[in-house]
Amino acid sequence: MSKPPDIITGDTEAPEIAEAAKQGLVTPASERRVTHDLWLSGTEAPTGTGRFTDEGAQEMLLDEGPEVLAGQRGTLVVDDYGDDAVSDEVTQIINMGPQHPATHGVLRLHLELEGETIKRVKPIIGYLHTGMERTAEALTYMQGPTNVTRMDYLSPFHNELAFSLAVEHLLDLEIPPRAQTIRILMTELNRVASHLLWAATTGLDLGALSMMIYGWREREAVLAFFEKTTGLRMNHNYIRPGGVAADLPDGWEEDVVSIEKTVLAGLTDYEGLLMGNPIFIERTQGVGVLTPAECFAFGVTGPMARASGIDFDLRKAFPYSGIENYEFEVPTAQHGDVYDRFIVRFEEIRQSLRIVRQAAEAMPLGDTRTEDRKVTPPPRARIDQSMEALIHHFKIFTEGFKVPAGEVYQAVESPRGELGMYLVSDGSAKPWRLHVRGPSFAHVQALPAMLTDSLIADTIAALASADPVMGDVDR
Amino acid sequence: MYEDLASRFESAGFGDSKGQVIVRVPSADLVGFVDAAKDVGFRMFIDLCAVDYLHRDPRFEVVINLLSIDPPARVRILVGVPAGESVPSITGVFPGADFYEREAFDLFGVQFEGHPDLTRILLPDDWEGHPLRKDVPVGSVPVQFKGTHRVS
Repeated sequence: MSKPPDIITGDTEAPEIAEAAKQGLVTPASERRVTHDLWLSGTEAPTGTGRFTDEGAQEMLLDEGPEVLAGQRGTLVVDDYGDDAVSDEVTQIINMGPQHPATHGVLRLHLELEGETIKRVKPIIGYLHTGMERTAEALTYMQGPTNVTRMDYLSPFHNELAFSLAVEHLLDLEIPPRAQTIRILMTELNRVASHLLWAATTGLDLGALSMMIYGWREREAVLAFFEKTTGLRMNHNYIRPGGVAADLPDGWEEDVVSIEKTVLAGLTDYEGLLMGNPIFIERTQGVGVLTPAECFAFGVTGPMARASGIDFDLRKAFPYSGIENYEFEVPTAQHGDVYDRFIVRFEEIRQSLRIVRQAAEAMPLGDTRTEDRKVTPPPRARIDQSMEALIHHFKIFTEGFKVPAGEVYQAVESPRGELGMYLVSDGSAKPWRLHVRGPSFAHVQALPAMLTDSLIADTIAALASADPVMGDVDR
Repeated sequence: MYEDLASRFESAGFGDSKGQVIVRVPSADLVGFVDAAKDVGFRMFIDLCAVDYLHRDPRFEVVINLLSIDPPARVRILVGVPAGESVPSITGVFPGADFYEREAFDLFGVQFEGHPDLTRILLPDDWEGHPLRKDVPVGSVPVQFKGTHRVS
């Protein structure tokens, strides 16, 4: 590196420049620079001053050393890449995740690329595996919902509902109508919250940053209502075998009406923001396509299957909790690409709000838990009056209630698809085996079918449109 | 649909478990039965898992859930697998069974004959044992990885 030019005197200018300066062709460096008189620190009075400049480093000089010149000409880094670029026959395997921000959790993908085309995909999972199926065997049926609610953490109510329905199926238990309606109300609101979060994060992944802000904003309204009702924003442990943990809070009707208004207004915004946007269309149409045959083969359910034209919804096919009494439509689309998944999920939000409105209007009065004292602990006041209530209370909280031996598979339509619980009871107070069939597990498995022969930039769009929740995949 | 299936496979034992249709199929007939079930309309693969009935014979049971879209119907196929024996893989019929069979192998050690890549899926490759078996103790071994540093 050449010696930096003396910024104070300008005496070290190259001879030819100095010569030119003498002839008046160029201004000498010492005059070109604005200099200041500065008060040197540490002196009492401004006696010791010197001439300094703070601009010399910001000016391009007529002559510079070779390295500075190379830097200014942009040739500092030799580009040796162009001549022998990757040929079409060469493939490379790159790793994506598990900490990649766009994988919605700790999913890891190995991608084999040929140029920018994806040739092979291998999803690698298990980073969030905490053995929750084994944990379920150590918890009583009473404690079970605390465990399963943490699996698919974006739709906790659906986990709790599937588990409770399975237990109630084995117990042959009747649930009071009010509890059933509350269950429908909460699970459908949960679907709205989950789809809003999905739209927000997928929008973020596709570069629609405003979508991110708007989606979370509207979801917040739903979560605030969940917090008011259950005490928690997630992991509620609200739907339990036998009913729900508590009645709805005071003023819930107004909250539900305001949620509906907020979300519907937001939904119009999102559609205006995204669905006609040429950049968004370019990035989503024809991307991550799944055919109906692939959906069948890989067990792809829910909005993903409906976007591929499979008109199937568990709420219609195998109704639970009285959902057959509500009027709603099952939206489908034909192309099976990311764009159609947006259409289907946005419409599902509308249909869910429709169910919520009907549930709120038809909310029956009565108990929120079954009257079976072997399953439902007695109210606190009864314990002081009745010996039998005290015994039931003690038995339920020390050893739990026993469930007849048998095995049952119970599925609900979670926001992601079929969420099934296979429950085996040996007649004791704890499950012998609980297997959870999470929809995300099947959807992650279908990623190679969605991604092969597409461009690497489409990975994010296709992955996000599958809406995998890693807590559900790894359990 | 169920009658059609039952007439084709005499070895299959149809039954009812709390109002849900279950079929017990001998391990040798499994692939043929699943293929036939797909033929008669159970076109969607839903679930495959294993259950460890420790004191029963056969010890393990592989449970397969299939779904028919129209008309909506489910069938649950139960296959007994004695400890140490294997069960034929159904990945040839439903490619989606791949991950589920790997999970059952990972957690229970059930071997699936003919699976293209029967490796661990949820646990690390160097994990020892199959943690959802009933004879694996819970929480008694602090760290189960090979080659980790021992403090004491």
